[in-house]
Amino acid sequence: MKVFKYGDDINTDMLFPGKYTYTCSTAEEIKPHLLEDLDADFASAVQAGDIIFAGNNFGCGSSREQPALGLKAVGVKAIVAKGFSRIFYRASTNQGLMLIECAEAVDAYKEGASVELNTTAGTITVAGKSYNFPKLPDEMMAIMDAGGLLKYTKKKLEER
Amino acid sequence: MGMTFAQKILAHKSGQDTVKVGQIVTIKPDYLLTHDNTAAIVGKIGDELDKYGVVRTDLNIIVLDHVIPAASEKNAAGHKKIRAFVKEHKIEHFFDIGEGICHQVVYEKGFARPGRIIVGSDSHTCSYGAVGTFSTGIDRTESAALILMGETWLKVPPTIKITLKGRLAKGVSAKDIILRIIGDISADGATYQAVEFHGDIHNLSMDDRFTIANMGIEMGAKIAVFPVDNTTKAFFDEYNIPFNADDVVWADADAEYIRELEYDLSTLEPVIAAPHTVDNVKPVNELEGIPLDQILLGTCTNGRLSDFEIAASIIKGKKIHPGTRMLILPASRHIMREAMKKGYIDALVEAGAVMLPPGCGPCLGAHQGAMAPGEKTLSTANRNFKGRMGCKDAETYLSSPATVAASALHGVITDPRKEII
Ligand code: SF4
Repeated sequence: MKVFKYGDDINTDMLFPGKYTYTCSTAEEIKPHLLEDLDADFASAVQAGDIIFAGNNFGCGSSREQPALGLKAVGVKAIVAKGFSRIFYRASTNQGLMLIECAEAVDAYKEGASVELNTTAGTITVAGKSYNFPKLPDEMMAIMDAGGLLKYTKKKLEER
Repeated sequence: MGMTFAQKILAHKSGQDTVKVGQIVTIKPDYLLTHDNTAAIVGKIGDELDKYGVVRTDLNIIVLDHVIPAASEKNAAGHKKIRAFVKEHKIEHFFDIGEGICHQVVYEKGFARPGRIIVGSDSHTCSYGAVGTFSTGIDRTESAALILMGETWLKVPPTIKITLKGRLAKGVSAKDIILRIIGDISADGATYQAVEFHGDIHNLSMDDRFTIANMGIEMGAKIAVFPVDNTTKAFFDEYNIPFNADDVVWADADAEYIRELEYDLSTLEPVIAAPHTVDNVKPVNELEGIPLDQILLGTCTNGRLSDFEIAASIIKGKKIHPGTRMLILPASRHIMREAMKKGYIDALVEAGAVMLPPGCGPCLGAHQGAMAPGEKTLSTANRNFKGRMGCKDAETYLSSPATVAASALHGVITDPRKEII
């Protein structure tokens, strides 16, 4: 598992450039452009199970969901940040991508430190020290558990 | 204890007497706005649409505006797919290319009204707070689920109260107010929060309020909302939009706020958001003289009639500096026609400006007005992120239409007060 660490105010244009928003919609189209203007090596380096650490206001800007969809598709296990923009938070939950708000863990992380994530216990361990993060509200947990909002909606439609 | 605007409207729409901050409510929005991204949205739910159909034919407002006319075969295929969806599912509110930018269309056509809730798969959906609507951005997947189900959840946000006192000085615009606020409270200063504007709101025109509400998302806000007054009513009259005073929702006098800010408008000065974040706000005179390769007047933030009026009043009879190029982009067909009738467009085009169709154009960097590495644009848009205008090695500065117009004459960033007599 690798950890990628970025700073504050990482906006949606850095995560997925606006110029592709109307030509790339599927996971396969999105993957090669993930974080293109922020970290040109990310798309080729990222592997399933990797974690992203970031500062405040991660995902601010546009409502585009390609970053959340793409990061989920390449298997990013979680994004741990000091804070997330509201629309990005919603979009990620709707994709089933786990976001963790935990400033202490972000500050504690130095390159090469060991990181362990326990989503059931709600803890993240960085360089041997554990930090708790709050559980999602029930409404969001139900969406995450179903594997994203579309699967959740399909289930609800079938039950109707 | 009284309730804020957000509490009141969310309580009402979820069928409760009161709601608390942090509570999650289920609501059925009045409308769902989508644009060129409708193709991708309906693409996610093809099977379900075949099986269940849309939940309401009057839920969607679809406006083709982002890449119009289509810049590539792929865009054209997207537009085609959207037109087919509209036809097949008898979508009632569809606006094809050339009508305008989605937010301006929603506003002009009377979808945004006091007491309504509108969600949209576009972050600047927060714009309709200008007329007392609760409106906020969502992602494409959620839009897809809404098309099928018609309902979603919202968390009741805490609210920041911003009181605007007095009047702006000459050469200072609504854009300068909102940039100043964002500079002060930062790009995430209002994340997960609502923003209510109070004070001498009667001193602000509808265009001013729309510019301010439009940029609420640039401080992270869920909504940015103004009270409804005679200016709002005059706007509804002008556009033949029915108005019912009973629909108006506003905060109680004893509502509880998490933060209160006050601005004396008479002390504000023209400002600019320098690259690459909207909260990197500096007084224009600190940046004067920076050479500009491109100037953009327009977008959903500042492409309205009064924006063209001020730009034309500064530029009329003069020439745009040969070292720069100016693009003009009215926010809607209606505005374009009005600006033509009033001679604003003619004045700008005669001075050397290039007119683009009413749509998003260069704002999102998908087509038109792309920049080359090393170039600088001064724009009236709402975002200056790295790469936003199509090139990560270019720079975007944001300002008011007056600043843009003054700068167009000199080819460098210029204080508009020098050109306004
Ligand atoms: S003009 Fe720009 S900010 Fe407004 S809707 Fe279009 S792309 Fe978005």
